[in-house]
Order: sequence, then C-alpha cells, then structure tokens
Amino acid sequence: MSTITGVTAPDETPGPSTGSPLGGGAAGTGRVGDRLFGGVARGAGLLVIALVSLIGAFLLWQAIPALARNEANFLTSREWVVAGDHPRFGIVELLWTTVAGSLIAMTIAVPVGVCVALFITQYAPRWLSRPAASLVDLLAAVPSIVYGLWGLNTFLPVEKPLEEFIQRWLGWFPLFNATSISGGTIFFIGIVLSIMVLPIVTALSREVFAQTPVTHKEGALALGATKWEMIRTAVLPFGRPGVISAAMLALGRALGETIAVTFIVSTLARGNDWSWSLFNGGETFASRIANNAAEFDSPQKAGAFIAAGLVLFVLTFIVNAIARIVIERRKAFSE
Amino acid sequence: MKIQRFGQLAVITLAGSLALSACGSDNNTDTSGSGSTGSASAGAAECAKGTVNAEGSSAQKNAIEEAIASFQDACEGATVNYNPTGSGAGIKQFLAGQVDFAGSDSALKKEEKDGKVETAEAEKFCGSPAWNIPMVTGPVAVSYNLPGVDKLVLTPEVIANIFSGKVTTWNDPSIAKLNSDAKLPSTPVKVFFRSDESGTTENFTKYLAAAAPSAWTAEPSKSWTGKGEGKEKSSGVAGAVQSTEGGITYAEWSYAKDNKLGIAQIDNGAGPVELSGESVGKAIAAAKHDGEGNDLRLKLDYATKEPGAYPINLVTYEIVCSKSKDPAKAGLTKAFLKHFSSEETQAALEEIGYAPLPEEVRTQVATAIDALS
Repeated sequence: MSTITGVTAPDETPGPSTGSPLGGGAAGTGRVGDRLFGGVARGAGLLVIALVSLIGAFLLWQAIPALARNEANFLTSREWVVAGDHPRFGIVELLWTTVAGSLIAMTIAVPVGVCVALFITQYAPRWLSRPAASLVDLLAAVPSIVYGLWGLNTFLPVEKPLEEFIQRWLGWFPLFNATSISGGTIFFIGIVLSIMVLPIVTALSREVFAQTPVTHKEGALALGATKWEMIRTAVLPFGRPGVISAAMLALGRALGETIAVTFIVSTLARGNDWSWSLFNGGETFASRIANNAAEFDSPQKAGAFIAAGLVLFVLTFIVNAIARIVIERRKAFSE
Repeated sequence: MKIQRFGQLAVITLAGSLALSACGSDNNTDTSGSGSTGSASAGAAECAKGTVNAEGSSAQKNAIEEAIASFQDACEGATVNYNPTGSGAGIKQFLAGQVDFAGSDSALKKEEKDGKVETAEAEKFCGSPAWNIPMVTGPVAVSYNLPGVDKLVLTPEVIANIFSGKVTTWNDPSIAKLNSDAKLPSTPVKVFFRSDESGTTENFTKYLAAAAPSAWTAEPSKSWTGKGEGKEKSSGVAGAVQSTEGGITYAEWSYAKDNKLGIAQIDNGAGPVELSGESVGKAIAAAKHDGEGNDLRLKLDYATKEPGAYPINLVTYEIVCSKSKDPAKAGLTKAFLKHFSSEETQAALEEIGYAPLPEEVRTQVATAIDALS
C-alpha cells in the first residue's frame, strides 16, 4: 500500500507493549488527564451519533401516523391537503423545486468558487491573497435573511431582464418555458443560493489547493508546463477530493436553506399545471415547512410537514454519502 | 375546615382587589400629573402587578403591542407578553396551560376536528367555560397597483373572478362596467396570495364564498385555493403588488396603507363602500351573536347589504377562562383586557390600520370583562 502512495507512516517501535503500535494512549499510563480526555472525546463522538439518530427517529415517529392516513402517493402526488379526514399530500413538487434550485446554485457556485480559490492560491500576489480570502469568507457571515431582503429588493430588478431574455430566445426549451411569475422563480433562487454557498466552496477549495506539494508544481513547471498546464496537471488533481467535498457541503446548505428562499420564492396556486420551466415558482421543503409552521394545529398536519422534512433529511444524507464515496475512491490517486 | 379556608380565601381576594383598586387610582393621579396625555387617559382602568403571558394570532400583533405599551406606561409593575406565533399555536398553548390567554383569528370551534372539540377542551382545562372576547377588528383591503386609477369599485363577483383567474386583464368589461369614469389599462391582472396559511386568507375566502357563492366555489380555508402567485406573509404580498404594475392582493389595511397601494371600494349591493374605521364599525355592529351570555363570538355577515358597511373584516378574539385557574393572574388579565377594550385604546388603533370596536360591541365586551374572575 505505502509503496503506491508514498505515504509516510511512523516506524513500528518494538517494545514491551503488545497493543497496537500507534495506540500510544492505550499503552496506558492510566493517568487521570489521559483517561479524562479520552472519555470526553468518546462522549462527544457518541453524542453526535446519538443526536443524529434521535432526530431521524423523531422525524419517523412523527411522520408515520400522518403517512399512514395519506390517501395519495407520498412520493408522486402534487396535492397538498393535510388537514381533515382525507389528507392527500405528496412531495414531488417540493423535491423538484429544491433539487432544481440547488443544482442551479451548484452549476454557478462550484466553477466560480474553484476559480476564486485558484486565483487566491496561485495567481494573486501575497498582499492581495489574504484580504481577498477573508472577504470571501465574510460572505458566509451575512445572515440569510439579509440575502433574502437584498435578493428581493435590490437584485431581482437587475436580474429580471436576464430572465426575460432567456425566456424570449430559449423559451422553446422546456426548462426555459415562459411563465407568468413576476419574480422569485426557481432560477432566481438558484442564483441567490449560489452566492450564499460560494464561500463554502471557495474556503475549502482554497485550503486544499494551498496544500499542493511544491515539488509537484515545480516538477510540472520544470517539464515545461505553462502556469495553466501546471494547475491542470498538479493542482487540480491534488485538490479534487477537497473540491468535491466542498461542493457537497455547499449542496447540503443549498438544499436546506430556509429563510432566504421563503422570503424570495413565489409559490404556486393549487391545481396549477405542471411545468418543467425554471422560471416557474414553487416551494422547497424548507420553505413550505417554514411558511406553515405557525398553523400546525393538529398532529396529523404537523406529521405531514415532518414527513416532508424527513425526505429532506434523507436527501441531504444521500448527498453526503455520495460525497464520502467519491472522496474515498479518489484518494488513492491524489496523494 | 374547608369552609373556613374558602372564607379566608374570599377575605384575601377581597382585600387584594381593594388594594389593587386603590393602587389603580393612585396610578391614575400619578400619570395624569406627569402629563403624558394619551396613555394616562387610556390607563383609566385599574392596574395590577405581575406578569401575564399570551400567545396567538399575528393579525392582532400590532394592536396588542400598542395596547401593551400604553398599559405598561400606565401601570407600573405590570408586564404583559404577547408572542405572535399564530392562532393555532396560541390555542394550543392556552389549552396546555402555558399562557394566560390566547389571541385567535376565529372563536374556539364547536365542531369536532381531528377528534377534538376546542370548546370542550377549553372548558375541561379551565374548569369553567372559556369566553371568546372580540377585541381587534382588522379590515382586509383589496389592494391593487394601477397607476392613474385612484378609485376602483369592485363587486364580490368580480373580485371572485379576478382571484380565481377568470378575469385576466384590467380593462375586462366586468371591471369597466363598474368603473365607467376610470381609465383602465390593458395590463394583465397579477394576483398575489399568501403562501403561508393565514387567518386573512380564511376570512377573505369566507367573504368570497358568502358574498359571491356562484363565482367562488372553493371551500374557505387558511391556505389559498384560488389562482395567482404566492408570497410570504402580508409584507410579502403587499410588497409584491407595490413592485408589480397590475398587481392585486388582499392584505390587512395597515399593509395596504404602508405600501401606498390603491384600496378598492366594495359594492355588496348597496353601493360602493370605502374602507374606513366607521364603515368597518358598521359591519361589526351588524354582526350576529353566536355565543351565549358573555361568550361573545360574532358571526359576521359577509354578504351584508347594509348601506355603508365594509364587509371584509377579520375579528380577532382574546380567549380566556371565565373563572381563572390562577387567581393571582386573573386581576392583571382583567385589567389589561379592560384597558385594551377602552375607548381610548381602541381609537388609537385606527392609526395603525385596525378599526375600533363599535360602541355597542364595546360595551358588551366591557360587561364580559367585568364578569371575568
């Protein structure tokens, strides 16, 4: 193994201990501080696991009674009638809006974020790279309601001509069909979300790009590569797992973003015709829950919304799992 | 033994209330002496010390906050907290004993829903009937944005057709017929509705269903059943109409005023009625009483043909136990509600977009509050 990757592993030290060579603590002086710290760390780890499982269990426990009474197909129905004796609700519209909005955000944020990170680590002079990095990080410190306000009041009038342009010239393509929504489209949410997740992508990518071994970069340059070729052959392959995990983290944030989306989005009236258009309105899982949380007056109603929340939970879980798998598989080639 | 204890309790309560009323009159002289005119006269009610918590309807948030501010100015040592989480949440917390009274857009329901009857639940919890006391009336304004059109008259049928997507342009003959002297543009009608579940939506659709039953066939509900584009909360719909030419929505009066939107005059059959404190009061005074004794649930006649009565209104109630479970707090709750329903406080509400209770209803409310214990 180590011959392939050239990882430096500590030498095994022969000694009286029969335990694992790296298990220094277990070799066990048994001092109070040692045991205490080990205990705290273990406790924290277990606490997180317990928390996530309990949240999952809570969602399931609350959702199941409502799901059992649901008279429509939960995964494919477009209806949303959650009160009364004959509830009929399904999440397909929520799923479409959530996923479409987040994917638009990703297609903008990942390339831009990677470019920003490359600029900061490879191109920018030293005096500029630090301030630029902290400026991008500042984007993450802006509360999401501010993005909502800014998006709706300031950015929307600027962005609207773009939407109208696309609808006019590319309207024949189903994704760009013209609609009558005045603002707050899925497309627009995607753009606002991309700005919100940009700092996540940038910060993580910057960290990994900065760790590219100097020997790799110098090797590429010595072989006659231009700066772009050096980045392509040395920096990008080295940073790929980092970029992927950054993108997945960002996607998780975009999927679950609540306040800004609730604030901006135009919801659709019941019984509207299905449209694939990105210029249609809609509701994401989070925004529908937020919009209606004040009026959860019966367990069945709350259960239906919690069931929607459960789907979001699972969706985020899947996204993170995919990220893990991709990173594991790429690891061997990048070190 | 027991009788003796009751006797003691009665004496203590009596002494307590005497002390409280004494404190009340003290406060009055104090405040009028300090010259804060509005709040001093509004604080003519007796005071009590302590803290009362309430929760519920967000439709009455601004009104109750105004009342709390003037009440606390007048009564030192009294704290009233109101958490505007929504009517459903308020009733839930009230029934769970978490708050002392609830604010709600609708009276406690007598019909069974999800296996529970709210009135029965409340009676069981209070150990006495719970009363619905109407306190704040908020008219719902049909607000539009049409430059150059300052006066717009609409009938319930036309409103229903607009909000169900059947009328699509502003120069539609049905609108033009009602507004012969207005220059109506051919702008498309853009309907905005509340994307969150709301009492405003419920009352507006109740109005449409009652006043235009042939044009509006959907069941009234808290979530929107018509057409259009949804925006979050009153501020969202009002803001969207403000920025969209040809936009129309239904929103509380204050939001229509704050966003400088046009407010349609409603013609229920007895001529166009402009939205004003007076025209709303007329409609509330004409409402039928649905409850017994001091349980003042009102049944608004949305289809009212009374001349000069503005028909689209939302009444929010304060829901209290008629015999409080916590005598210590009963005094304060009563004092606060009395202050809230006083003529001065009610009159002050008109500035922030609510209509004062008409005198007939206000005296009934005062009687009910006096009967609280």
